[in-house]
Amino acid sequence: MELLTPGLGLVFWMTLSFLLVLWLLKKFAWKPILESIKQREEYVSQSLEQANQARQELEKVKEDAEKILAQARREREEMIRDAQQMRSRIISQAEEDAKKAKQRKLEEALQEIDAAKQNALKEIKDTVAELSIDIAEKVLLSQLDDKEKQKKYINDLLKNANLN
Amino acid sequence: MRVKAFSLLAILLVFSTFTFAQQGKREKQGFNAGDFVIDEVLDAYWWHIASYKGHEIAVPLPVIVHSKLRNKWFFFWSTKLYHDKSYKGFFISHVSPTKGKIVERDKNGNLIRPLDLSITKDVLAIWISIIILLAIFLPISKRYKKKTLEPPKGFQALMEPIILFIRDDVARASIGEEKYEKFMPFLLTVFFFIFMNNFLGLFPFFPAGANVTGNLAVTGVMAFFTFVITTINGSKHYWRHIFWSPDIPWWLKAPVPLMPLIELAEVFIRPTVLMIRLFANILGGHIVRVTFVALIFIFFIGFGLAAALGISVISVFFIVFLTFLELLVAFIQAYVFTFLSAIYFGMAVEKEH
Repeated sequence: MELLTPGLGLVFWMTLSFLLVLWLLKKFAWKPILESIKQREEYVSQSLEQANQARQELEKVKEDAEKILAQARREREEMIRDAQQMRSRIISQAEEDAKKAKQRKLEEALQEIDAAKQNALKEIKDTVAELSIDIAEKVLLSQLDDKEKQKKYINDLLKNANLN
Repeated sequence: MRVKAFSLLAILLVFSTFTFAQQGKREKQGFNAGDFVIDEVLDAYWWHIASYKGHEIAVPLPVIVHSKLRNKWFFFWSTKLYHDKSYKGFFISHVSPTKGKIVERDKNGNLIRPLDLSITKDVLAIWISIIILLAIFLPISKRYKKKTLEPPKGFQALMEPIILFIRDDVARASIGEEKYEKFMPFLLTVFFFIFMNNFLGLFPFFPAGANVTGNLAVTGVMAFFTFVITTINGSKHYWRHIFWSPDIPWWLKAPVPLMPLIELAEVFIRPTVLMIRLFANILGGHIVRVTFVALIFIFFIGFGLAAALGISVISVFFIVFLTFLELLVAFIQAYVFTFLSAIYFGMAVEKEH
């Protein structure tokens, strides 16, 4: 029977003590503990989110890098192509120029040859005239009786002149 | 192994019935098993540790009483009342209904209970448990504040899963995400207070061993707090559900308010059951374990030292076994009280759906 009759004093002290421990633990233990656990959980989830974001950003950066790399590659190829074109153009130009120069030199040479030929011909003509005059002089001077001999002599002179 | 245990139980049963037959003889020799067991689980004015050659080894506790007859407060140590002594007209009653309590006599010789606010064994045990709780949780709390983002360590690591369990599986699950936070301090305090007192009750000697949670006053106060919190947090929906539930046909509500009365009774029955469940479970555990101790005395008186030594082996075995069982019960009962409180809070704050 005593088991089932709660002592008034115990009820009083229990109420007081329980309220006290409830207040003390609430103020100095549960609030900071729950707050800290919450903060930590938020921190963890935030960190996870940030890590996720960072990963996505990294992927984006990677993509960008690849794009830039591809563009660079394209540009390089273009540059190489341009350079090759330019090279071949320069080479062909150079060849053409060389050809032209050669042509011009050839023409000049030909002209010079021509001029020299003309000069030579003129000199030959002069020489022939002089020779003719010499021959005629000699013919006239010898006054040969033999007609035949005269003819032969002229022919010889001519032959000699031609050989010159 | 099982066969052995059963045969041991059988022997135990035979002997105990035999000793019950000799009850009269035992009483003459000054040992009453029933009184012994009940005394062990009851509240007391001092904390008895042992008796040695007629001397009581006990922790004396302050007696605080207010005599209605003399209209005066009295403060004195309980040592003044040892061995049925009387002090300033106060003594400990031996007859029901005031048995075991401090009483005084009026002019007609009737036993009168003064207003008794003594610091009894259970009050001291409550204070010890409170000091232990504070000693555990205040340093933990400090570490939480200082190293918020660091992983828990030591005692903190031991307590955090329990705190998270109460928060996530008890409070959040029963009360709901929006309102659970408000009830967390009460739920955590109730859980750890009950568990700590259940746990301390398992150890047989001072400063543990008091039957705190197996006392109706203690469980009653906590159940009353649950009741008060439930009632003051009751939403419109909660009260409407009690007095005019839409799920119940009208003829059960009017003209005879049958269901409302049942629902209203339930409001009071719930905390009452909460009070009795914890009380009965812990008291039961204490009584069974003390009974095994009493068995040794019974055997000593009935059959002598050899029988007592023999039975003490069995008794100790069972007491150890039961202590482990009670450790489980200590946790389960703390959990059940907390969980049901949370469910009642959840019912109170539930919104219209």
